[in-house]
Amino acid sequence: MQQIFNFLIRNKNSILFLLLFAVSVFLTIQNHAFHKSRFISSANVVTGGVYGWANGVNTYLHLDEYNERLLEENNKLRNMISDLNDSISIEKQLDSTSFEGDYLFRTAQVINNNFAKTDNYLTLNRGASSGINPEFGVITSQGIVGIIDRVNNDYARVISILNSRSRINAQLKKTNHFGSLIWDGKDPNIVQLIDVPRQAPVQKGDTIITGGRSLIFPKGLPVGKILDFSLDETQSYYTINIELFNDMTNIGYVYVIENVNKEAIQELQEINEQ
Amino acid sequence: MNSKLISNISRFVILIFLQVLILNNINFAGYINPYLYVLFILLYPFTGNQSLFLFVSFLLGVSIDIFEDSGGINAAACLVAAFIRPNLLRFSFGISYDHQNIRLANTPFGSKVSYVFLMVLVHHFVLFSLEMFSLNHILLILKKTIFSSIFTVILVLLSLTLFSRKYR
Repeated sequence: MQQIFNFLIRNKNSILFLLLFAVSVFLTIQNHAFHKSRFISSANVVTGGVYGWANGVNTYLHLDEYNERLLEENNKLRNMISDLNDSISIEKQLDSTSFEGDYLFRTAQVINNNFAKTDNYLTLNRGASSGINPEFGVITSQGIVGIIDRVNNDYARVISILNSRSRINAQLKKTNHFGSLIWDGKDPNIVQLIDVPRQAPVQKGDTIITGGRSLIFPKGLPVGKILDFSLDETQSYYTINIELFNDMTNIGYVYVIENVNKEAIQELQEINEQ
Repeated sequence: MNSKLISNISRFVILIFLQVLILNNINFAGYINPYLYVLFILLYPFTGNQSLFLFVSFLLGVSIDIFEDSGGINAAACLVAAFIRPNLLRFSFGISYDHQNIRLANTPFGSKVSYVFLMVLVHHFVLFSLEMFSLNHILLILKKTIFSSIFTVILVLLSLTLFSRKYR
């Protein structure tokens, strides 16, 4: 017994080291498991507060740019309204099948944004008190940003599309061939679309949009355009490099999308699976 | 003793804020960031309780991790760096470390650089290995380690020169 205690006391530094190292590796692995990072995230009061304060300074310096983006978007929306006015009489008759009103948009501000690591996250200044919940989509006026993964009362954490664990359903704009959007961790402007069947007419410069198969993003949001493409090892699927429309290194304000009918759709799908 | 404690605590806090608010946003050439906060581990008093040192280093890493949403990678890297620091000190400073009478500001430039560079290299290698978490990316890990290390070492040496007190 005495010897055991002596051993423990003599090696207390090594034991402490191994113990703490095990804890940190445990935290790392847990962070690598999708949706399971419980203990440590930047969506808490202290870090959220610090990032919010720092962002206040930063936003002020970029006011010009944000204004310009808003103007651009207003312009686009105005054009869309005027187009709608022309076709509104026809639209009314088709209305029963249209998807309008199924998605709820909320605005939020990005207070922290990573893009240089292999697993990147963003922090938003809105949380559960503004009705934001996990699994809501996040977009800007130019393209998609990511999916909400953790929220507390005032802040939310977003899994960026620049994260090795992010998989988002996307498709070609001109046909309905779809695949999964992933990121190889190299260039923050380029993401990869994999598992696109060989039959798809893929061409350089074509536009990629979100597919409607996930319950998170509505169909048809712009993602990017095709930079180049190649067949994978099995020679039956394309791997496509996509240049994002969105500059992921420079995001100020975002829209959070809620799919209002999500639960109803999920219920139906569960019935199907049984 | 008391002033040493206060200066270490304030260094701890200031380095964390400097790291998460400014240095993490540099992204030189897309992915190169300096991790200046290892300066705390480099400068922590050489004599004294080793267990406390390990624990404080772990705390430093975890604090950075919470801000960066990176799980426990910084904590693990800090811990490894702190654990092997006595060996590297003995390697770099030799006899004067064994007699416990070194001050980092008064050591020859060559051994100072070797101490800083080896510590930073170990820290960064553990950091990026855990960040990638796969052997397939070993080249990318090495590339990131080397470039970020150079950046960090330059910043560390600069701040050592700027904030060192030569008197006494």
